[in-house]
Order: sequence, then C-alpha cells, then structure tokens
Amino acid sequence: MATPAIEIEHLSKEYPYGFLNLKKKKSLEDLSMRVETGEVFGFLGPNGAGKSTTIKLLMRLIFPDGGTARILGKSIDDVSMHRDIGYLPEQPYFYDYLTAAELLDYFARFHGLTAADRQTRVQNMLKKVGLETAKKIQLRKYSKGMLQRVGLAQAILHDPQVVVLDEPMSGLDPLGRREVRDIILELKKEGRTVLFSTHILSDAEMLCDQVGVIVGGKLRGVGTPGEIVGIKTQGMEILFEVADGKNLPLLSKATRTGGSYRVQLPEQELYGAIDQLKAAGARILSVAQIKPTLEEFFMNLVEADRAQANAVEVSGK
Amino acid sequence: MKNVRTVAANTFREAVRDRVLYNLVFFALLMMGAAILVGQISIGIEESVIISLGLTAISVIGLFIAVFIGVGLVSKEMDKRTLYALLAKPVERWEFLLGKFCGLVMTLTVNTAAMAVGLYLALWSVKHTLEKSDAWVLVAVYLILLKLALIVALALLFSCFTTPFLAILFTAGIYVAGVFAGNLRTMQAVNITAGAMTLMKGISYLLPNFENFNVMGAVAHGRGVPGAVVGQATLYAVCYGVVVLAGAAAIFSRRNLK
Repeated sequence: MATPAIEIEHLSKEYPYGFLNLKKKKSLEDLSMRVETGEVFGFLGPNGAGKSTTIKLLMRLIFPDGGTARILGKSIDDVSMHRDIGYLPEQPYFYDYLTAAELLDYFARFHGLTAADRQTRVQNMLKKVGLETAKKIQLRKYSKGMLQRVGLAQAILHDPQVVVLDEPMSGLDPLGRREVRDIILELKKEGRTVLFSTHILSDAEMLCDQVGVIVGGKLRGVGTPGEIVGIKTQGMEILFEVADGKNLPLLSKATRTGGSYRVQLPEQELYGAIDQLKAAGARILSVAQIKPTLEEFFMNLVEADRAQANAVEVSGK
Repeated sequence: MKNVRTVAANTFREAVRDRVLYNLVFFALLMMGAAILVGQISIGIEESVIISLGLTAISVIGLFIAVFIGVGLVSKEMDKRTLYALLAKPVERWEFLLGKFCGLVMTLTVNTAAMAVGLYLALWSVKHTLEKSDAWVLVAVYLILLKLALIVALALLFSCFTTPFLAILFTAGIYVAGVFAGNLRTMQAVNITAGAMTLMKGISYLLPNFENFNVMGAVAHGRGVPGAVVGQATLYAVCYGVVVLAGAAAIFSRRNLK
C-alpha cells in the first residue's frame, strides 16, 4: 500500500483558558484521517471547528496533546519534512517593510536555492499570482487579496510535493478566487497533493477529490463531496418562463422572480412537473438539485452533536 | 548556520528600515552636540566630560534599543503572525531565535559604532587632536556592546514566555538588579539574618553582573583597562549569554503559537 501524503492518527489538542489557565477546552478530539498522494483534499467545517488547529498541528506551529501525524512518511517533528511542503496560513500577514519580491527571495533562501534560481522562481511566481506589476511595492501597501496572493506564491515557490492552504479563498474577489482555483487545479495536474480548509462548499465541490468534515473538533465524515453532501439532496428546483399560466397548477407553488418562476418540489414529482410545463408551453430555463447549504449541513451536525451530548447527560453515561 | 544568517540579515534589514532607529541615531548626534557644549563650559575637564557623557549616551540609547526592540523580536512576529509562514519552512525554532538575536546585535553594533564615531568627532572638535590614550574609549564601547548583547538575550528569553509589557518590565528589572549585583555580594547588613544574607548572595551570583562591563570612569579619566578585565568580561558575557539563549530556545521550541 502506497504511503499516504498526509497521515493523521488520533490527534488531539486542548487549549487552556480561564483564571490561571486552569480550565481546558478540547479543540481537537481523536482526529484520524489520510490524504492520498496526488489528491486534492478539502477540509470543511464551520468557524472554530478545528480546521486551523489541525493545520497548525501539521505545520508544528502548535503541539498536540496526543496522537501523531506524518507527512510524506516523515513525522511532523522532523524539520527536514518542510522542504517538500508549502503552507499558506489563514489571513496571512508578512513583513510589511519588504516588497513581494524581497519576501519571496527571503523565503526561498531557506530552501537552499541558488541566487539565479531564486530570481527566476520569484519572477515566475509573481507572474503566476498576478503581482508582477506590484513586485516593488512594500507589502504594507498591499490589500488583503494581494497578501493572499503573496501567501500563495510563497507556499508553492519551492515546488513542494504537499501544499497545505488554510482558507486560501478568504479575502479574494471573484477573479482572485478563480485564479486560486486554477492554481490548485494546476498543482493537482502536476501530481502534487493539496490539503485546503474552507467553509465554502462550492469551492470544495469544484476542486476536491475527497473532503473531510469537522465539527466541534471531531471529524464527522470523509468522502467525495457528492457522498458528503450530495446524498442529502432536499429536492429539485425548476426555473421557467410561461406566457399564460392559467392552466398550470404548478404556478400556485411557484415564486415569481423578475420575468421567471421558480418552483421547488420533491425529486419524485420532477417528471410530472416537467410534463405540466410542457403542456402549458412553458420554457424551462434550468432544473437543479436543491442541496443543503453548508451552513444547514453543519447546523444539522452541530444539532446532532448537542442532542447526543444531552442524551448522554440524561442517561448519565 | 545558513538559516541563522538569513534571519539575522532580515532582522538587520528591518531595523535599518525602521525609522525609530534613525531617530535614535539622530538623538545620539544631538547628545554629542550637547557634550561639545558641556565640554566648552567645563574648563580643564572637557575631555573627561565628553567621554563620560558620550559613553553614557551610547549605553542608554543602546539599552533602549536592546530592551524595546529585543522584546519585540519574537513577540511582534507572534502577534502579527509573520512567524507562521517562516516556521513552516525547514527552519528550526532555535535557528530563528538565534538569527533574531544576531540580527539585533548586528544592528546595535552598527548603531554603537556610528555613535562611537560621533564621540570621537566630538573629542577631536574639542582637542583638535586624538591621542593614543583615546583608544581606550573603544574598549569601553566594546564592553557596552557586550552588555547590550546580554540584555538582548534576556529580552528574548522573557518575550518567549510572557507578554511584551511584562517582558520589558522583567528585562528592565533584571538590568537594574544586575547593576547592583556586585553591591549585593559585598553588602554587610546588621538587621538581616544569616540565611537571608546567603540567599541574597546566591541571587546576586545568578543575576548578570553588569558592573563587569562598566569601565566608563577609568576611561573618562584617561586610565587604561587591563586586558584581563576585558577578557574576563568577554568570557562572562559569552557564557551567560549562551545559557540565557539556550533557555530561551528551550522555551520557544515548545511554545504553542496562537
């Protein structure tokens, strides 16, 4: 069996809080998962679920209270492992007295690249993330989106085999998000492994081979995006236009938006509804599955968690 | 050591681009100007007054830089989270810490050297010549630099486990206590029990003895500084500094970042 790119076993982390830090809050509980080589893995969860904690543990920015993790077969305590890893922190902030080119050159030095190699890579990377024209501006003058791009550039500058991105789309405009998506897909095409955290389901659906859902510090499921969310389809939605809808019973259930109508119905009623629309001479604009939003999906998990906790409390176990 | 050099060079670059540092150099030049003025009104002891005032200014300004920038070396990186991307590179935490220390010591060296040049210019402007004995000023400056390096190490140590405000208080407190460490050892008090006296002496040996680096009085009066004193102070600074930095590295290597 091939060595997974990332392997996490029973990882747990508690944070102290309160007076003299005597109380402890579990941030991560017995997390075990694998990310296979060449896979794009989305780490999904609401804010405070434990996504960033897991990533920080992998990057040895914080230390676990229990469990182990390996990246490319090496323990996360092994610093040499970082030669093959790229990391973008959440809401990155860099030395604001440096320009983007200086910052990338600085980071490239830790990877033992020659001056000529550094220069070429820095130029290419700035071009790749769309900062070529801003390379001589100090980072203190950069917008949040531009910093995110610099962060992405420093993460992939040294051609890492594994790229870990903590909320890479955060702070980006639609164009920036698309560029990041393209970069992730390009990394995948090059055979690199990408682990990224997000709470935006559409990003995960578009990019990921596998997703892991974490809520309340516990991993609640791993699978393809379809497996995780798709199976919970809540029905179908039809968007249509109709000139005269007097003889269309469906119209009573529909909502008018602009010149078109939108109707939501159970999956088994779809074909009947389409027949009705055809008969009434309606023009069907789109038919789509209604999936729960990520928020709903997470809320269900959180509520299930609470219900389980209450049940345990009542039963005294 | 390549990583240490890289971090040190960047720390130096940060200091150079930091306007506070330029202001301090400007302030130093102002102090030199004041020294010249005092020299002119202190008939017969101009040289002594200028050397005393100049060395004091070098020491005090260096002290401010060492404490305030020293404490910020690590805490600022943690607060602003600039450290995150760096520690995800193949860099040991002790390499980062040592690099920061070396970078600030490099900054202090350049800053102190610039102020020493200012001091010599002030001396020359009063005497219109420089004598061989004036070279002792360089020895005093060297010992001040050793003291400042030790203070940077202490500031780094405290900033590794406490808030910047407390780290400043602790560093300043240790400095003041360290200045009087020698007095604690030789103190004869009537109202203190023998146990308390032993404890006090023990503490005095743990505290950095900053008096080891103070040769200002001798140099200001044209007296030389024995080589043994310089050697001893150097050895003391190196040993004490290594212990403090090792402690800082041990703490920082297991520190959870926010």
